[in-house]
Amino acid sequence: MSIATYAPLPRRKAPISLPRIVTYAVLIGGAAIMIYPLLWMLMSSIKSDQEIFSNPAALPNDIDLSNYFTGWFATNPSFTQYYINSFMICLGAVIGNVLACSLTAYAFARLEFPFKRTLFTIMLLTLMLPSHVLLIPQYVMFARLGWVNTYLPLIVPKFLATDAFFIFLMVQFIRRIPRELDEAATIDGCSTFRIFTSIIFPLLQPALITTIIFTFIWTYNDFFSQLIYLTSPESLTVPVGLRTLVDSSGGAYGQLLAMSALSLIPTFVVFLIFQRRLVEGIATSGLKG
Amino acid sequence: MTAQAANSPMEAPKTARRRKRQNFEAYLFLLPWFGGMILLTAGPLLASLYLSFTDFDMLRIPNWVGLSNFVDMFTFDPRYKKALQVTFIYVLLGVPLNLVFALAIAVLLNQKVRGLGLFRGIYYLPSLLGGSVAVAVMWRQIFGGEGVVNQGLLLFGIDAPNWISTPQYALYTLVLLHIWQFGSAMIIFLAGLQQVPNELYEAAEIDGAGRWQKFRNVTLPMITPVIFFNLVLGIINSFQAFTSAYIVSGGSGGPADSTLFYTLYLYQEGFTSFRMGYASAMGWVLLLIIGAFTALNFWASRRWVYYGDDR
Repeated sequence: MSIATYAPLPRRKAPISLPRIVTYAVLIGGAAIMIYPLLWMLMSSIKSDQEIFSNPAALPNDIDLSNYFTGWFATNPSFTQYYINSFMICLGAVIGNVLACSLTAYAFARLEFPFKRTLFTIMLLTLMLPSHVLLIPQYVMFARLGWVNTYLPLIVPKFLATDAFFIFLMVQFIRRIPRELDEAATIDGCSTFRIFTSIIFPLLQPALITTIIFTFIWTYNDFFSQLIYLTSPESLTVPVGLRTLVDSSGGAYGQLLAMSALSLIPTFVVFLIFQRRLVEGIATSGLKG
Repeated sequence: MTAQAANSPMEAPKTARRRKRQNFEAYLFLLPWFGGMILLTAGPLLASLYLSFTDFDMLRIPNWVGLSNFVDMFTFDPRYKKALQVTFIYVLLGVPLNLVFALAIAVLLNQKVRGLGLFRGIYYLPSLLGGSVAVAVMWRQIFGGEGVVNQGLLLFGIDAPNWISTPQYALYTLVLLHIWQFGSAMIIFLAGLQQVPNELYEAAEIDGAGRWQKFRNVTLPMITPVIFFNLVLGIINSFQAFTSAYIVSGGSGGPADSTLFYTLYLYQEGFTSFRMGYASAMGWVLLLIIGAFTALNFWASRRWVYYGDDR
């Protein structure tokens, strides 16, 4: 957690030395290169298609938002449906992960039962398991259940605690909650389930927020499983919808870039609000951002 | 794990019953996880192992074909060989370069610079957005024939090719896209750098060490566990890369299969050719490759990762 606490900057001015100037020059230059592609996309999205190529690098001559309008309605159904689908799936995934992972983590962190160590090791091993090795049988199963082109194959697994990352994150967190709290509650006659709902779950809040943020970002940006399970036009989400637009837009780069830029906004907003939590989540547990 | 209060000697007669009840409760909490473990992990893992020895195509009952899927892969199938080659280049080039940039910027940011939060945010943002379809679309435009990169090169009188549609270059635009996303590794490095005790630097200064010597002899050994962690994670993730190649090549892995990532070929075999037995076999080989790389990493780590004097 040390990432959040920085040494205060010294009050007096640091001496301006050559290495320090070089440090800042490299950092500023690097930052400009890193951010440039994103700015370019944003600038291009408000240019006409001719101007994207005649005037690629610079600011647009005038702001033209028509790309956003035409892009939004370029597909059938429009992006309204894609965004609804994306957000519904994200909502389901978030609820599933919060409930299922916290229940599992509580058992692993606090309760005693046979084969606990073995099961915990198995849980950690699933972290390294590439999803591709499970893909075909899972697809066959979901297809047989008639779940293709519904939200279910993307949501139901979360209710079965398949995101071991978050279980691990929560186990680590619960282990730092003092056991005395549980013991006091036991003496007061609380059941195990009551201890979970009234003590552990509320105190778990920071880890739950991290889980919510990362589940949202990963689900929203997940392309592979949405590409596989969502094929009918009405069921598409934003990433798969964008792919459809790539295929259908031909040379209309403006609207393609406009819809691409727009699709980054939800992630970007989460980044702006929760930057510190994202950084902590990555620094303490190595979650991939 | 400390003993539970319920197991104290005072309650000895009740212990057995109490423990039984506790076990039952624990398994109730684990019910969703057990369900997922059996239905979505262990079951499919075994099923895909079985399917990898069959000619399953989703329509007919699978026929047992022995090892022929695996034999095909490594002897007859030129696209499989190409996919392996492409993926290895991507991983072996992209992961180390990603880490070099991540470490370099983290070291610079760790020098008590002003505006740390802003810099960190800007460097981190690409790795947060980078896996999305939108960024892959953007990359395709930037490196396209009339993209902004070529427009820039034209100012210097260089008439560059379309990087995306030239087989020699297409893969390297994807490697570059991977390197651009060094932000999350950088943040892990930064957290590691802040753990290095200041006394070590002071001691090194007293011994007359310069900047480079301090980095080489203090910083680098102290953060080898973090480098190792990032390396293991980076390799596991990069072997499974998919979105960038799919979008940039329009799903084909082209031009001339030059961006045919392993997972992209697996997807094509399973979901466009419906050779699901073959795709299952590919999944298992991917699991073995990733497992072998991870094991190799752990084995090699004994020679270069420093965990402090107590180990």
